[in-house]
Amino acid sequence: MNVTPASRETVVDSHPADGLMRADRLPHILCPGCGIGSIAHCYIDAVARSGIGEDRHVCVSGIGCSGRAAGYVNVDSYHTTHGRAIPFAMGIAVQNPSLVVTVISGDGDLTSIGGNHFIHAARRNVALNVICINNFNYGMTGGQAGPTTPRSAKSSTTPFGCWERPFNLPHLAEAVGASFVARWTTLHVRQLQDAILYSMNKTGFRFIEVLSPCPTGFGRPNDIGDGLTEMQNYMRRCVVDEDADLRDTEIDLTHPDSRIVVGNFVDLDCPSFHPALTEPPPPPRSAAAWAAVRPTQFRAS
Amino acid sequence: MPLSKTKRIPIDISSAQVPRGRVFTIPSRCKQCNFCIEFCPTDVLAYSKEINEKGYHFPIVAEGKEEACVHCRFCDLICPELAIYTQEVVVAAEPQEQSP
Repeated sequence: MNVTPASRETVVDSHPADGLMRADRLPHILCPGCGIGSIAHCYIDAVARSGIGEDRHVCVSGIGCSGRAAGYVNVDSYHTTHGRAIPFAMGIAVQNPSLVVTVISGDGDLTSIGGNHFIHAARRNVALNVICINNFNYGMTGGQAGPTTPRSAKSSTTPFGCWERPFNLPHLAEAVGASFVARWTTLHVRQLQDAILYSMNKTGFRFIEVLSPCPTGFGRPNDIGDGLTEMQNYMRRCVVDEDADLRDTEIDLTHPDSRIVVGNFVDLDCPSFHPALTEPPPPPRSAAAWAAVRPTQFRAS
Repeated sequence: MPLSKTKRIPIDISSAQVPRGRVFTIPSRCKQCNFCIEFCPTDVLAYSKEINEKGYHFPIVAEGKEEACVHCRFCDLICPELAIYTQEVVVAAEPQEQSP
Protein backbone atom coordinates (compact mmCIF):
# COMPACT_ATOMS: atom_id res chain seq x y z
CA MET A 1 0.00 0.00 0.00
CA ASN A 2 1.29 3.39 -0.94
CA VAL A 3 0.96 5.36 2.27
CA THR A 4 2.52 8.57 3.29
CA PRO A 5 3.41 8.75 6.97
CA ALA A 6 2.42 12.36 7.41
CA SER A 7 -1.26 11.79 6.80
CA ARG A 8 -4.26 11.62 9.08
CA GLU A 9 -6.29 8.49 9.76
CA THR A 10 -7.77 6.61 6.86
CA VAL A 11 -11.42 5.65 6.92
CA VAL A 12 -11.99 2.09 5.74
CA ASP A 13 -14.94 -0.28 5.92
CA SER A 14 -13.30 -3.51 7.04
CA HIS A 15 -10.78 -4.74 9.60
CA PRO A 16 -7.91 -7.16 8.84
CA ALA A 17 -9.32 -9.55 11.47
CA ASP A 18 -12.77 -9.56 9.90
CA GLY A 19 -12.06 -12.93 8.33
CA LEU A 20 -12.19 -14.57 11.74
CA MET A 21 -15.25 -12.63 12.86
CA ARG A 22 -18.74 -12.78 11.45
CA ALA A 23 -18.27 -9.26 10.17
CA ASP A 24 -21.78 -9.00 8.81
CA ARG A 25 -22.98 -9.10 12.45
CA LEU A 26 -20.81 -6.14 13.49
CA PRO A 27 -21.24 -3.81 15.29
CA HIS A 28 -22.27 -6.28 17.98
CA ILE A 29 -25.06 -5.86 20.53
CA LEU A 30 -22.81 -5.33 23.54
CA CYS A 31 -22.88 -2.04 25.43
CA PRO A 32 -20.31 0.73 24.89
CA GLY A 33 -17.47 0.10 27.33
CA CYS A 34 -18.09 -3.63 27.63
CA GLY A 35 -14.92 -5.72 27.42
CA ILE A 36 -16.33 -8.85 25.80
CA GLY A 37 -15.50 -7.58 22.32
CA SER A 38 -11.85 -7.08 23.32
CA ILE A 39 -11.69 -10.65 24.64
CA ALA A 40 -13.22 -12.04 21.44
CA HIS A 41 -10.67 -9.99 19.51
CA CYS A 42 -7.82 -11.42 21.62
CA TYR A 43 -9.19 -14.91 21.03
CA ILE A 44 -9.33 -14.57 17.25
CA ASP A 45 -5.86 -13.02 17.22
CA ALA A 46 -4.62 -16.01 19.21
CA VAL A 47 -6.39 -18.33 16.73
CA ALA A 48 -4.62 -16.58 13.86
CA ARG A 49 -1.24 -16.80 15.62
CA SER A 50 -1.67 -20.36 16.87
CA GLY A 51 -0.55 -22.05 13.67
CA ILE A 52 -3.44 -24.47 14.11
CA GLY A 53 -5.90 -24.40 11.22
CA GLU A 54 -9.14 -22.55 11.76
CA ASP A 55 -11.01 -25.75 10.99
CA ARG A 56 -9.53 -27.32 14.13
CA HIS A 57 -10.71 -24.56 16.46
CA VAL A 58 -14.08 -24.84 18.17
CA CYS A 59 -15.65 -22.13 20.32
CA VAL A 60 -18.44 -23.00 22.75
CA SER A 61 -20.33 -20.57 24.91
CA GLY A 62 -23.25 -20.62 27.31
CA ILE A 63 -25.91 -18.05 28.01
CA GLY A 64 -25.43 -14.40 28.89
CA CYS A 65 -23.68 -11.43 27.38
CA SER A 66 -20.47 -13.47 27.19
CA GLY A 67 -22.35 -16.22 25.44
CA ARG A 68 -22.68 -13.95 22.43
CA ALA A 69 -18.94 -14.30 21.81
CA ALA A 70 -19.34 -17.65 20.09
CA GLY A 71 -21.85 -16.08 17.74
CA TYR A 72 -19.40 -13.48 16.54
CA VAL A 73 -16.25 -15.55 15.98
CA ASN A 74 -15.99 -17.22 12.62
CA VAL A 75 -14.81 -20.66 13.71
CA ASP A 76 -17.05 -23.65 14.39
CA SER A 77 -19.03 -22.35 17.32
CA TYR A 78 -21.92 -23.41 19.50
CA HIS A 79 -24.21 -21.37 21.71
CA THR A 80 -25.40 -23.89 24.26
CA THR A 81 -27.99 -23.84 27.03
CA HIS A 82 -27.41 -22.07 30.33
CA GLY A 83 -24.45 -23.47 32.26
CA ARG A 84 -23.93 -26.37 29.89
CA ALA A 85 -21.08 -24.96 27.79
CA ILE A 86 -18.49 -27.17 29.51
CA PRO A 87 -20.31 -30.52 29.17
CA PHE A 88 -21.09 -29.72 25.54
CA ALA A 89 -17.44 -28.81 24.91
CA MET A 90 -16.31 -31.87 26.83
CA GLY A 91 -18.22 -34.07 24.41
CA ILE A 92 -16.44 -32.43 21.49
CA ALA A 93 -13.00 -32.62 23.12
CA VAL A 94 -13.31 -36.26 24.15
CA GLN A 95 -14.83 -37.41 20.88
CA ASN A 96 -12.23 -35.66 18.72
CA PRO A 97 -9.02 -34.91 20.64
CA SER A 98 -7.45 -33.23 17.60
CA LEU A 99 -9.73 -30.21 18.02
CA VAL A 100 -8.78 -27.19 20.12
CA VAL A 101 -11.95 -26.51 22.10
CA THR A 102 -12.33 -23.11 23.76
CA VAL A 103 -15.19 -22.25 26.08
CA ILE A 104 -15.89 -18.51 26.28
CA SER A 105 -18.55 -17.81 28.84
CA GLY A 106 -19.42 -15.68 31.81
CA ASP A 107 -18.84 -16.05 35.52
CA GLY A 108 -22.48 -16.80 36.26
CA ASP A 109 -22.83 -19.34 33.49
CA LEU A 110 -19.60 -21.19 34.28
CA THR A 111 -19.42 -21.08 38.05
CA SER A 112 -23.01 -20.73 39.21
CA ILE A 113 -25.42 -22.41 36.84
CA GLY A 114 -22.65 -24.61 35.46
CA GLY A 115 -20.58 -24.75 38.63
CA ASN A 116 -20.62 -28.51 39.01
CA HIS A 117 -19.72 -29.05 35.37
CA PHE A 118 -16.80 -26.69 35.85
CA ILE A 119 -15.33 -28.41 38.87
CA HIS A 120 -15.78 -31.90 37.49
CA ALA A 121 -14.31 -31.06 34.09
CA ALA A 122 -11.30 -29.62 35.92
CA ARG A 123 -11.13 -32.65 38.21
CA ARG A 124 -11.08 -34.98 35.20
CA ASN A 125 -8.62 -32.66 33.42
CA VAL A 126 -10.60 -32.57 30.20
CA ALA A 127 -8.73 -30.90 27.32
CA LEU A 128 -10.62 -27.61 27.40
CA ASN A 129 -9.49 -24.02 27.19
CA VAL A 130 -11.94 -22.13 29.39
CA ILE A 131 -12.06 -18.31 29.20
CA CYS A 132 -14.29 -17.04 31.98
CA ILE A 133 -15.36 -13.44 31.45
CA ASN A 134 -15.95 -12.09 34.93
CA ASN A 135 -18.02 -8.92 35.03
CA PHE A 136 -19.11 -9.43 38.68
CA ASN A 137 -22.84 -9.69 37.96
CA TYR A 138 -25.52 -11.17 35.71
CA GLY A 139 -25.37 -8.43 33.12
CA MET A 140 -27.84 -9.59 30.51
CA THR A 141 -30.73 -10.22 32.89
CA GLY A 142 -30.50 -6.87 34.64
CA GLY A 143 -27.46 -6.71 36.90
CA GLN A 144 -28.35 -9.26 39.59
CA ALA A 145 -25.72 -10.36 42.12
CA GLY A 146 -23.85 -13.47 41.07
CA PRO A 147 -21.28 -15.81 42.58
CA THR A 148 -18.45 -13.37 41.89
CA THR A 149 -20.10 -10.14 43.05
CA PRO A 150 -17.61 -8.68 45.55
CA ARG A 151 -18.65 -8.01 49.12
CA SER A 152 -20.50 -4.72 49.62
CA ALA A 153 -20.93 -4.23 45.85
CA LYS A 154 -24.41 -3.10 44.92
CA SER A 155 -26.53 -4.83 42.35
CA SER A 156 -30.21 -4.94 41.48
CA THR A 157 -30.77 -7.81 43.96
CA THR A 158 -28.40 -6.44 46.63
CA PRO A 159 -29.28 -2.72 46.71
CA PHE A 160 -27.60 -2.27 50.11
CA GLY A 161 -24.45 -4.14 49.16
CA CYS A 162 -23.68 -7.80 48.65
CA TRP A 163 -23.24 -9.70 51.91
CA GLU A 164 -22.11 -12.94 50.38
CA ARG A 165 -18.56 -14.10 50.05
CA PRO A 166 -17.60 -14.21 46.35
CA PHE A 167 -15.80 -16.96 44.51
CA ASN A 168 -12.07 -16.57 44.09
CA LEU A 169 -11.97 -18.20 40.69
CA PRO A 170 -8.20 -18.82 40.25
CA HIS A 171 -8.10 -20.45 43.68
CA LEU A 172 -11.15 -22.54 42.84
CA ALA A 173 -9.65 -23.65 39.52
CA GLU A 174 -6.35 -24.57 41.12
CA ALA A 175 -8.04 -26.44 43.94
CA VAL A 176 -10.10 -28.59 41.59
CA GLY A 177 -7.08 -29.50 39.47
CA ALA A 178 -6.78 -27.20 36.44
CA SER A 179 -3.45 -27.52 34.66
CA PHE A 180 -3.19 -23.84 33.71
CA VAL A 181 -4.71 -20.98 35.68
CA ALA A 182 -4.42 -17.30 34.81
CA ARG A 183 -6.22 -14.09 35.57
CA TRP A 184 -6.02 -10.98 33.40
CA THR A 185 -8.25 -8.05 32.67
CA THR A 186 -9.45 -6.55 29.41
CA LEU A 187 -6.78 -3.91 29.91
CA HIS A 188 -4.02 -6.55 29.74
CA VAL A 189 -4.81 -7.43 26.15
CA ARG A 190 -1.30 -8.50 25.21
CA GLN A 191 -0.84 -10.74 28.23
CA LEU A 192 -4.33 -12.13 27.72
CA GLN A 193 -3.65 -12.89 24.10
CA ASP A 194 -0.37 -14.61 24.99
CA ALA A 195 -2.09 -16.59 27.75
CA ILE A 196 -4.83 -17.75 25.37
CA LEU A 197 -2.23 -18.67 22.76
CA TYR A 198 -0.12 -20.53 25.31
CA SER A 199 -3.08 -22.43 26.68
CA MET A 200 -4.18 -23.45 23.18
CA ASN A 201 -1.00 -25.52 22.93
CA LYS A 202 -1.33 -27.12 26.36
CA THR A 203 -3.02 -30.31 27.47
CA GLY A 204 -5.57 -30.66 30.22
CA PHE A 205 -8.02 -28.18 31.64
CA ARG A 206 -6.88 -24.57 31.18
CA PHE A 207 -8.67 -21.75 32.91
CA ILE A 208 -8.27 -18.02 32.23
CA GLU A 209 -10.34 -15.57 34.21
CA VAL A 210 -10.71 -12.21 32.47
CA LEU A 211 -12.04 -9.28 34.47
CA SER A 212 -14.22 -7.18 32.21
CA PRO A 213 -15.98 -3.88 32.73
CA CYS A 214 -19.76 -3.96 32.81
CA PRO A 215 -20.81 -0.32 32.86
CA THR A 216 -24.51 -1.09 32.62
CA GLY A 217 -24.95 -3.91 35.12
CA PHE A 218 -22.12 -3.42 37.59
CA GLY A 219 -20.77 0.09 37.03
CA ARG A 220 -24.00 2.04 37.27
CA PRO A 221 -25.21 0.83 40.72
CA ASN A 222 -21.66 1.09 42.09
CA ASP A 223 -20.99 4.64 40.89
CA ILE A 224 -18.15 3.55 38.64
CA GLY A 225 -19.38 5.69 35.80
CA ASP A 226 -18.48 4.13 32.50
CA GLY A 227 -16.36 1.30 31.17
CA LEU A 228 -13.36 3.58 30.84
CA THR A 229 -13.43 4.38 34.58
CA GLU A 230 -13.54 0.68 35.37
CA MET A 231 -10.55 0.12 33.08
CA GLN A 232 -8.69 2.92 34.83
CA ASN A 233 -9.50 1.21 38.13
CA TYR A 234 -7.93 -1.97 36.77
CA MET A 235 -4.86 0.00 35.72
CA ARG A 236 -4.57 1.46 39.22
CA ARG A 237 -5.33 -1.69 41.21
CA CYS A 238 -3.83 -4.55 39.23
CA VAL A 239 -0.55 -6.06 40.35
CA VAL A 240 1.15 -8.80 38.37
CA ASP A 241 2.28 -11.44 40.85
CA GLU A 242 2.67 -14.85 39.28
CA ASP A 243 3.94 -16.45 42.50
CA ALA A 244 1.00 -15.22 44.52
CA ASP A 245 -0.68 -17.53 47.01
CA LEU A 246 -4.03 -18.01 45.33
CA ARG A 247 -5.82 -17.98 48.68
CA ASP A 248 -4.96 -14.28 48.82
CA THR A 249 -6.17 -13.30 45.36
CA GLU A 250 -9.76 -12.64 46.32
CA ILE A 251 -11.11 -9.45 44.75
CA ASP A 252 -12.10 -6.91 47.36
CA LEU A 253 -13.53 -3.68 46.06
CA THR A 254 -14.53 -2.25 49.45
CA HIS A 255 -11.20 -0.51 49.92
CA PRO A 256 -10.25 1.90 47.15
CA ASP A 257 -6.59 0.84 47.31
CA SER A 258 -7.09 -2.91 47.46
CA ARG A 259 -5.04 -4.84 44.95
CA ILE A 260 -6.23 -7.11 42.19
CA VAL A 261 -3.60 -9.78 41.65
CA VAL A 262 -3.25 -10.85 38.02
CA GLY A 263 -0.87 -13.19 36.25
CA ASN A 264 -0.35 -16.72 34.98
CA PHE A 265 -0.51 -18.54 38.30
CA VAL A 266 -0.49 -22.27 37.65
CA ASP A 267 1.21 -24.14 34.82
CA LEU A 268 1.31 -27.92 35.15
CA ASP A 269 1.84 -30.63 32.58
CA CYS A 270 -0.94 -33.16 33.06
CA PRO A 271 -2.31 -35.63 30.51
CA SER A 272 -5.76 -34.81 29.24
CA PHE A 273 -8.74 -36.93 30.15
CA HIS A 274 -9.73 -39.46 27.56
CA PRO A 275 -11.69 -42.54 28.55
CA ALA A 276 -10.13 -44.79 25.92
CA LEU A 277 -6.56 -43.62 26.34
CA THR A 278 -6.37 -43.06 30.08
CA GLU A 279 -4.43 -45.67 32.02
CA PRO A 280 -6.75 -48.05 33.81
CA PRO A 281 -6.76 -47.88 37.60
CA PRO A 282 -4.62 -50.42 39.47
CA PRO A 283 -6.39 -53.75 40.09
CA PRO A 284 -8.12 -54.12 43.44
CA ARG A 285 -6.21 -55.85 46.18
CA SER A 286 -6.90 -59.48 46.80
CA ALA A 287 -8.51 -60.60 50.03
CA ALA A 288 -5.17 -61.95 51.23
CA ALA A 289 -3.49 -58.57 50.59
CA TRP A 290 -6.23 -56.77 52.51
CA ALA A 291 -5.86 -59.19 55.38
CA ALA A 292 -2.16 -58.38 55.51
CA VAL A 293 -2.83 -54.64 55.49
CA ARG A 294 -5.70 -54.35 57.94
CA PRO A 295 -4.06 -55.24 61.22
CA THR A 296 -1.37 -52.60 60.85
CA GLN A 297 -3.36 -49.82 59.22
CA PHE A 298 -6.54 -49.93 61.30
CA ARG A 299 -5.14 -51.02 64.62
CA ALA A 300 -6.54 -48.97 67.44
CA SER A 301 -3.84 -47.03 69.17
CA MET B 1 9.96 9.30 21.11
CA PRO B 2 7.42 10.61 23.56
CA LEU B 3 7.81 8.84 26.88
CA SER B 4 5.14 10.74 28.73
CA LYS B 5 3.22 7.58 29.73
CA THR B 6 6.08 5.15 30.18
CA LYS B 7 8.04 4.87 33.36
CA ARG B 8 11.10 3.07 32.09
CA ILE B 9 13.46 4.18 29.35
CA PRO B 10 14.89 1.31 27.28
CA ILE B 11 18.66 1.14 27.38
CA ASP B 12 18.90 0.90 23.59
CA ILE B 13 16.61 3.86 22.96
CA SER B 14 19.32 5.76 21.10
CA SER B 15 20.06 2.97 18.64
CA ALA B 16 16.67 1.26 18.28
CA GLN B 17 14.53 2.31 15.38
CA VAL B 18 11.06 3.29 16.46
CA PRO B 19 8.47 1.89 14.05
CA ARG B 20 5.99 4.20 12.44
CA GLY B 21 2.37 3.36 12.02
CA ARG B 22 -0.69 4.62 10.28
CA VAL B 23 -4.17 4.60 11.78
CA PHE B 24 -7.18 3.13 9.99
CA THR B 25 -10.66 3.56 11.41
CA ILE B 26 -14.12 2.17 10.74
CA PRO B 27 -16.31 4.96 12.14
CA SER B 28 -19.62 3.14 11.68
CA ARG B 29 -18.61 0.47 14.23
CA CYS B 30 -17.43 2.86 16.95
CA LYS B 31 -19.45 3.14 20.19
CA GLN B 32 -17.25 5.79 21.82
CA CYS B 33 -15.95 3.65 24.68
CA ASN B 34 -12.83 5.88 24.65
CA PHE B 35 -10.42 2.98 25.28
CA CYS B 36 -8.27 3.72 22.23
CA ILE B 37 -8.05 7.45 22.94
CA GLU B 38 -7.31 7.00 26.64
CA PHE B 39 -4.79 4.17 26.44
CA CYS B 40 -2.80 5.21 23.35
CA PRO B 41 0.77 5.42 24.72
CA THR B 42 1.63 8.31 22.44
CA ASP B 43 -1.71 10.17 22.61
CA VAL B 44 -2.23 9.97 18.88
CA LEU B 45 -6.01 9.85 18.93
CA ALA B 46 -8.73 12.37 19.68
CA TYR B 47 -12.50 12.62 19.29
CA SER B 48 -13.99 13.59 15.99
CA LYS B 49 -16.29 16.56 15.76
CA GLU B 50 -18.61 14.57 13.53
CA ILE B 51 -20.81 11.74 14.74
CA ASN B 52 -21.45 8.38 13.13
CA GLU B 53 -24.83 6.83 12.30
CA LYS B 54 -25.51 5.99 15.95
CA GLY B 55 -24.50 9.40 17.28
CA TYR B 56 -21.07 8.51 18.64
CA HIS B 57 -17.90 10.53 18.21
CA PHE B 58 -15.29 8.22 16.72
CA PRO B 59 -11.49 8.47 17.03
CA ILE B 60 -9.39 10.49 14.63
CA VAL B 61 -5.70 11.35 14.59
CA ALA B 62 -5.16 14.48 16.67
CA GLU B 63 -3.74 17.70 15.29
CA GLY B 64 0.02 17.56 15.14
CA LYS B 65 0.15 13.80 15.87
CA GLU B 66 0.24 12.67 12.26
CA GLU B 67 3.63 11.04 12.67
CA ALA B 68 3.38 9.97 16.32
CA CYS B 69 1.87 6.49 15.87
CA VAL B 70 4.43 3.78 16.68
CA HIS B 71 2.31 0.83 15.50
CA CYS B 72 2.09 -0.77 18.95
CA ARG B 73 -1.37 -2.15 18.02
CA PHE B 74 -2.76 -1.45 21.47
CA CYS B 75 -5.76 0.45 20.08
CA ASP B 76 -6.37 -2.42 17.69
CA LEU B 77 -6.34 -5.08 20.43
CA ILE B 78 -8.28 -3.16 23.04
CA CYS B 79 -11.05 -1.99 20.72
CA PRO B 80 -14.12 -4.11 21.53
CA GLU B 81 -15.68 -3.29 18.17
CA LEU B 82 -12.80 -3.98 15.75
CA ALA B 83 -13.22 -0.37 14.66
CA ILE B 84 -9.58 0.71 14.54
CA TYR B 85 -6.26 -0.79 13.51
CA THR B 86 -2.80 0.32 12.54
CA GLN B 87 -0.39 -0.70 9.83
CA GLU B 88 3.32 -0.26 9.85
CA VAL B 89 4.67 2.36 7.50
CA VAL B 90 8.04 1.53 6.07
CA VAL B 91 9.88 4.81 5.98
CA ALA B 92 12.41 4.92 3.19
CA ALA B 93 15.94 5.58 4.34
CA GLU B 94 16.99 9.16 3.92
CA PRO B 95 18.96 9.58 0.70
CA GLN B 96 22.64 9.87 1.42
CA GLU B 97 24.55 12.80 0.02
CA GLN B 98 26.19 11.85 -3.19
CA SER B 99 29.81 12.65 -3.56
CA PRO B 100 30.54 14.85 -6.57
